[in-house]
Amino acid sequence: MTPSTTAKWDEFMEGIWKQNPIFVMVLGMCPALAVTVSAVNAISMGIATTFVLTCSCLLVSLMRKMVPKEVRIATYIVIIATFVTAVDYFIQAISLALYDALGAFIQLIVVNCIILGRAEAHASRNPPLVAVSNALGMGAGFTIGLFALGSVREILGNGTLFGFSLFGEHFQPWVIMVLPPGGFFVLGAWLLLFAWFERRKQAIKEAGQHA
Amino acid sequence: MGTVEIRPAPHIRGERTVEKIMLNVVYALLPICLFYVFQYGISALASITVVTGTCLLTERWFVKTGTQSGNLADFSATITGLLLALTLPPGFPLWMGAVAGFVAIALGKGLFGGLGFNVFNPALVGRAFVQAAFPTSIATYTPSFLSGRFFEFIPSSLAWPLMTPASAALWLKEKQIDALAGATPLAKWKFDGVLAEAGDLLTSLAGHMAVGPSPLLILACGAYLAFRRYLDWRIPTAILGGAGVVAWLLFAFNPAYYPNPFFMLFSGGLILGAVFMATDMATSPVTPRGMWLYGGLIGLLTVVIRYYSGLPEGVMYAILIGNAATPLIERITQPAPFGKGVLGRAKKGASYPLHPGYISREEAGAVTPKKRILKNKPKPDERKTPHH
Amino acid sequence: MSAKHPTTEQAPPATPTWAMIRTLGLVAGICGLVIVGSYQGTYDAVAANKRIAMERAVFKVVPAARSINAYYALEGGGVAKAEGEAPAGAVNFFAGYDETGKLVGVAAEGVAKGYADAVRIMFGYDPDCGCVRNIGVVAMRETPGIGDKIAKDKEFLANFEKLDAQLNAGMSALAHEIVTVKHGSKTDAWQVDAIAGATITSRAVGRAINDAAQALLPKLVPHLDKIKDKS
Repeated sequence: MTPSTTAKWDEFMEGIWKQNPIFVMVLGMCPALAVTVSAVNAISMGIATTFVLTCSCLLVSLMRKMVPKEVRIATYIVIIATFVTAVDYFIQAISLALYDALGAFIQLIVVNCIILGRAEAHASRNPPLVAVSNALGMGAGFTIGLFALGSVREILGNGTLFGFSLFGEHFQPWVIMVLPPGGFFVLGAWLLLFAWFERRKQAIKEAGQHA
Repeated sequence: MGTVEIRPAPHIRGERTVEKIMLNVVYALLPICLFYVFQYGISALASITVVTGTCLLTERWFVKTGTQSGNLADFSATITGLLLALTLPPGFPLWMGAVAGFVAIALGKGLFGGLGFNVFNPALVGRAFVQAAFPTSIATYTPSFLSGRFFEFIPSSLAWPLMTPASAALWLKEKQIDALAGATPLAKWKFDGVLAEAGDLLTSLAGHMAVGPSPLLILACGAYLAFRRYLDWRIPTAILGGAGVVAWLLFAFNPAYYPNPFFMLFSGGLILGAVFMATDMATSPVTPRGMWLYGGLIGLLTVVIRYYSGLPEGVMYAILIGNAATPLIERITQPAPFGKGVLGRAKKGASYPLHPGYISREEAGAVTPKKRILKNKPKPDERKTPHH
Repeated sequence: MSAKHPTTEQAPPATPTWAMIRTLGLVAGICGLVIVGSYQGTYDAVAANKRIAMERAVFKVVPAARSINAYYALEGGGVAKAEGEAPAGAVNFFAGYDETGKLVGVAAEGVAKGYADAVRIMFGYDPDCGCVRNIGVVAMRETPGIGDKIAKDKEFLANFEKLDAQLNAGMSALAHEIVTVKHGSKTDAWQVDAIAGATITSRAVGRAINDAAQALLPKLVPHLDKIKDKS
């Protein structure tokens, strides 16, 4: 790989692991808790957000030299709102059932802090390709995070994954998992797992230094 | 030559240790558990064993991984397990009981840092979780004192993990018992408007009534603990008093619609909650006035939830809300320090010149200000002129 | 810093007004194009989706139907094809026809407040027996595992195999109000037996059907002849 490809790959991986929006930055919690009752909803929401994120970052990055500082927030918000409106129409065209399941949270992508944050902190300072790699990585990381929540909640709350029954018809659903508290519990458990992972890695590193 | 030991306070320790208190609570709970097994037979025994066992295993795991203080020998997890099992229906599937036990210790205690650091009563955290997760199973009671209860499990107990339990109504039909006998007195009152007999409620001895252990027995065991000063009598008194007064007021207001206060006090889990759960030392206030306030709040909330919510029983949520309010209650019921008003402000006109003996050397030169008005505060007319 | 600017900070040069207006104008232009483009591009697909969803809901409650027409039942009585804006006081309903173009059932939507949010119910009305035949849930946010049983619980759905909805002699209202009764206490054909433990949601279903039937049937039934055959 050439150095520039490696750099872009690094930008991409940034969002998936080191700066994962859900597990590390704990951003975008509103959709993360609200729509993750099933794996399909979670992934659709993730893809919709990734689309908005990537398109907005591309446009912001292309216009980065001509946007005066004074009007940048207004510019970014208009750009983000535009792509959210477009995604809203696309989802309606693809499936009304999905549109009903995601509800107001499609429109609420507009105020997802990941997107404005990336546009402001990254895309406005980097060339288009780098910005798009980073945005795609962030989007993928967000989607993975939502899927992690959605799959656990669907398996325990409904006994299914992507609608396929896993335990047969006698499965006892854990109702709490598809209610809002379930979202908090599952998110907490994942954060705990990641924190534990991080701490273990740290401990191993320190042990290596001592030896 | 003897050695001189230098160490920080405390220098004098009382007889009472955490282990001793907890062990006594376990002793007090044992007769209640025995009565429960006598009522419901082998299913109740299995439920108590599995729930308590899961609690102990979870505790062991948290202690071993070093994320929690304390040890197994302090019996606190045993108490959590016994209390949790007593609040679950006797035919509650054993695997759900294990989930409840795990959540109780892990979420209710381990994650906060162990014994003494928990904000909520662990047993109730576990119960609240399964109440939300399995609302149908936790509302399915079976009648007590069925013949053959010591040899036959209630079928729902033995459900496979993750699977739906067998229907209790069908089982009762096979035994030719009216399915309505499986409803608790509170559910019967809430949904059918039937009040249970006072004597039956007190002793739990009436045939086939779906109730927990006898309130009289719980009160007797609680009295033993209160007498030995292992629990504070103020909290149960305040809870029962608060619930009783509110229920009595409503009853006096409209006796046709509201049940009598006696029924309110002795049905459901109010007595067990008031005596054994609300009195948990880590989650209840330590100030005497705070205890009264805390107990009154729980009593009031219990009655309000029972009357005005969709659920027949409200003790659990009332105690959890009481637990959450505890830090606030302690804050506003701190005994006033000498010379201070209730809220920590200086009393009006109170002025206590400091005794030189109380002033440390660094502060020896300090002068007590006479008035609390700042001397350098600019007067309104001075404000316009620039000042240095 | 202080070495370079010993006295005061140099204020940054002011952004020219023209640059700000140009940027915002450009952004607005691009965004406008994107929005209008995606709206136009998806318009047909969205409309088709909505029609399919509506037809599916109607076919579910009038299973014998092969094609449907949308109508308004007018305020003073009578029916009109649903075109353009609904006249004041009109009630929207759908007529289902079989292969030969004969009326086999009528579908309408009712709404009532459930436990969490409004419960929207589509129900099928059979003009031959004067009864409600099937129901389908259009939208609800009821508690999973409790309230949402109304969509699947076989015992509950059996209520709507033949729920009496006859009009009274004067054709001004239902002869018997459709009411939800406590689980296990259904005695009459116009009663709905509630799901045990989900009484509030069950009541919402009964009320939704009752309100919609009271609003629609007195206007529609006297004029059923007008829609008897597919036009």
